[in-house]
Amino acid sequence: MRTYLLPRPLHPGAWWLWALGAAAAASRTTNPVVLALLVAVVAVVVMARRTDAPWALSFRLYLFLAAFIVAIRIGFRILLAGDGPTVLVSLPRLRLPDFLTGASLFGPVSVEALAAGFADGLRLGTLIICVGAANSLANPKRLLSAVPGALAEFGGAIVVALSVFPRLAESAQRVNRARLLRSGRRRTRHVLKELVIPVLADSLEGSLALAAAMDGRGYGRRAEAASRWTGAGFAAAVTLISVGAFALLDLGGAPSQLGWPFLAAGVALAGWSLRRAGRRSRRSRYRPDRWRLAETVTAASGLVPAAAVGVFSLLDPAAAYPPASPLALPSVPVFVVCALLAAVVPAFATPPPPLTTDDGTETGQNNNGGEMSRKPPASTEPIPPESASAGAGLAAAAMAKPALPTAGAPRSAGTPPQPAVAAGPADKAGAAA
Amino acid sequence: MIDFTDVTVTYAGARRPALAHVSFHLSEGEFALVAGRTGSGKSTLLGAVNGHVPHFTGGRLGGRVEVAGCDTRDHPPRELAQTVGVVRQDPLSGFVADTVEEELAYGMEQLGFAPAVMRTRVEETLDLLGIAPLRARALRSLSGGQQQRVAIGSVLAAGARVLVLDEPTSALDPTSAEEVLATLLRLVHDLGTTVLIAEHRLERVIEYADRLLLVQPGGAVENGPPADLIARSPLRPPVADLGRLAGWSPLPLSVRAARRLAGPLRQRLAGCDPDAYPRRSSPPVSAVETIAAAPVSMASAVPSSGPTGLRAEHIGVVYGRTVAVRDATFELTAGQITFLMGRNGSGKSSLLWALSGAGPCYSGRWSVGGRDLSAAPLDKVREAIRLVPQNAADLLYLDSVGAECAAADRAQGSPPGTAKRSLDRLAPGLDLASHPRDLSEGQRLCLVLALQVAAGPPVLLLDEPTRGLDDAAKSALAASLAGLARKGRTLAVATHDVEFAARLADRVLVMAAGDLIADGPPAEILGRSSAMAPQTAKVLSPQPWLTVCQVAAALEDL
Repeated sequence: MRTYLLPRPLHPGAWWLWALGAAAAASRTTNPVVLALLVAVVAVVVMARRTDAPWALSFRLYLFLAAFIVAIRIGFRILLAGDGPTVLVSLPRLRLPDFLTGASLFGPVSVEALAAGFADGLRLGTLIICVGAANSLANPKRLLSAVPGALAEFGGAIVVALSVFPRLAESAQRVNRARLLRSGRRRTRHVLKELVIPVLADSLEGSLALAAAMDGRGYGRRAEAASRWTGAGFAAAVTLISVGAFALLDLGGAPSQLGWPFLAAGVALAGWSLRRAGRRSRRSRYRPDRWRLAETVTAASGLVPAAAVGVFSLLDPAAAYPPASPLALPSVPVFVVCALLAAVVPAFATPPPPLTTDDGTETGQNNNGGEMSRKPPASTEPIPPESASAGAGLAAAAMAKPALPTAGAPRSAGTPPQPAVAAGPADKAGAAA
Repeated sequence: MIDFTDVTVTYAGARRPALAHVSFHLSEGEFALVAGRTGSGKSTLLGAVNGHVPHFTGGRLGGRVEVAGCDTRDHPPRELAQTVGVVRQDPLSGFVADTVEEELAYGMEQLGFAPAVMRTRVEETLDLLGIAPLRARALRSLSGGQQQRVAIGSVLAAGARVLVLDEPTSALDPTSAEEVLATLLRLVHDLGTTVLIAEHRLERVIEYADRLLLVQPGGAVENGPPADLIARSPLRPPVADLGRLAGWSPLPLSVRAARRLAGPLRQRLAGCDPDAYPRRSSPPVSAVETIAAAPVSMASAVPSSGPTGLRAEHIGVVYGRTVAVRDATFELTAGQITFLMGRNGSGKSSLLWALSGAGPCYSGRWSVGGRDLSAAPLDKVREAIRLVPQNAADLLYLDSVGAECAAADRAQGSPPGTAKRSLDRLAPGLDLASHPRDLSEGQRLCLVLALQVAAGPPVLLLDEPTRGLDDAAKSALAASLAGLARKGRTLAVATHDVEFAARLADRVLVMAAGDLIADGPPAEILGRSSAMAPQTAKVLSPQPWLTVCQVAAALEDL
């Protein structure tokens, strides 16, 4: 139990489940008390468990976005003149011409309309805050790389594409500065020729270099050739799922009782094909995020409010979706409050994130004509001598085991970490065949 | 370990093969250096080792390439990933992950290593390369030498027994380059790794090489022990040149070997004053004359006797909270070539960019010919100061050399043909119809230099101009720069290339962590430094000889 709270990064999937649970809860109500409580709970957890990584600092942006949405919603209620008994101000009514549907703008602004706009905006804003919380708590790249084996190559490609973005920005900056040097004008009329094409050419060259590097490091190796059955399985799964969806949504005239069975069969078949296809790739993961008790606790604590608010909205729709008038403070049953508070559990009952030694402020400023690599900042924590010697000892011990190729021992006799990896010529020939 | 049997590589559309009938054998634990002029096929040779050529690049491969018993014909690069590791000049362009640890693990993930094995191997590799303190750092925040070591580690962790490195140190300052080479040597000695490395700056690598592969312009490869080959080769590190001059045998390839032989030479030279002799051989007269004919528009306003070309006061450059240049105050003399030296990231580039008016500048004033430029619009600054940046190719975006020249003339309002004439002086015979991206590194540099010089700015700044240039191109560049200086232009060159600086510098400024820390004649600054001394100085110290040329001239006099 002592190890439970040892600092470690939580599985990104756990955070996403937790956040999606909170979002599901938010989507089932417009009760501002429930929503405000939800926002507070989410914010507390984010503050307690986010790291200092760049993506973790984005939570504030989501808060601003949510506030902006609430403001827009209220603004529309003023513009489109919602009715209500308690008139706050009376603005002159503006009648639009008939060809614009003859609607009218402005008019009396009532407190009820504003409150309804606020509640509506708050629901959408809360949804966004929940997604933002997941984004700032979980490393998006680690989530992508946790995809199942069959999709690993796509996941990998997306991860690489993401890491190309800063490079693109850097190249744009470099080209722009070069253009300044060349033409001496801060503005240009030939944006395409002088900026876009050089940046694209640059990134194309960069991509080729990256592709060559990845190729040279084993990206895209297959254990066996693609099986025809896997492909057929995927095709059948897609067909089943679409027929099921059509039937359920009553779109194509398919008998609706077919819906669920078809959908279920399709999903099962897709799962089978994914699994089968996953066996084809022989990738493994370095330090994968493991799903342990803390992850289950986190995911569950997000699902509790979702379930509770769902029940609440079924049992008492009048309280879950309080009417705009008469204006009154909406009531919230105790069990909903307790369920919402359950979502705050990850703030203290999960392992805290590890401290990052990386100096985040140093990245992304490396823009001096391309090369100017900044001097590394001194390591933030001195390495105590005993840990250094421990490391050496470990290395020595591991050397004795067949890990790194030692001078005398031929590698093929050394480490076959897994049978599939023993890179003897015979294996290679087999793979090639 | 590596077997080439009658290998011929011809790229699609090429008339001549890039490699012709190459045969050699490298056994395990050999350290082989690939040398040759730019465009001679070094990269093709290296690419052929892991099947990058022709699987990735296209082209036709004749003969047989075998690595650890695998024919590259049947094994694409990804299947050789466990045997051959490739490290390129710019490691950042090949990094896939964000942090050091993940990057080290990437190759192993692709090869499907068991997680426990991966874990121990990452730790060992971190220790082996001395990068353990960097494990959680973002790759982009590392220095060039550290990045290069991570790149080496990442292929090594996946089990590579053959390392192929294409100019791994050319972007590094001397100290970082030493670091990377020391790492390689350790791998060769401790693990029996086979290393195949291409490098222009022979002086950095040749002393460690067991084998030299000399790629000839026609694509043939001469192969043998470095000491034998280097005596006949046109490419020689200064120490070998000195050895040939002094008649030492065997020809020394390292400073250590040369120093042990240099006693008598030092005695002979004891009475001479190095400063009395030219540090580089004068180019043919015709070249000097044509370069000297380059127009100088504003230099006429500057008096000719040792005037100040550029006066800079309290220049500061700041990025966020990082001070790149702190309060730099100096004067550059017209007609002189001033070298700006210092390790990567010491602020050289920032300073040049700030002076050029196109980079950020936090504080300070600078003037050319009495005209204050610190508040002047970019157009006015460009009339006085031009910068040739490190990635010179960034300045070229049109589809032919001729179009670039014409555009430069139009932009400057100079008569048509000005830029073309200036190009002809620097790089005679360049085809006007060719695409800038098809030019060699040296030709591209000449084109940019010509475009920047054409308008006749009195001050010319060059940032790392010798990167990627071979010896011949470097000599040509040195001649061009000397010609420009002779006409009264003020030149400042930022570089790590100490041999180039030794040949050309009239004065050396040294920067460290944003400060100007030393200023003086090259004999004083370079000759007495431990990290920045040219090989000749290291061999003949304490006498301040900087280049072989000086020694040759002195010996003639004696």
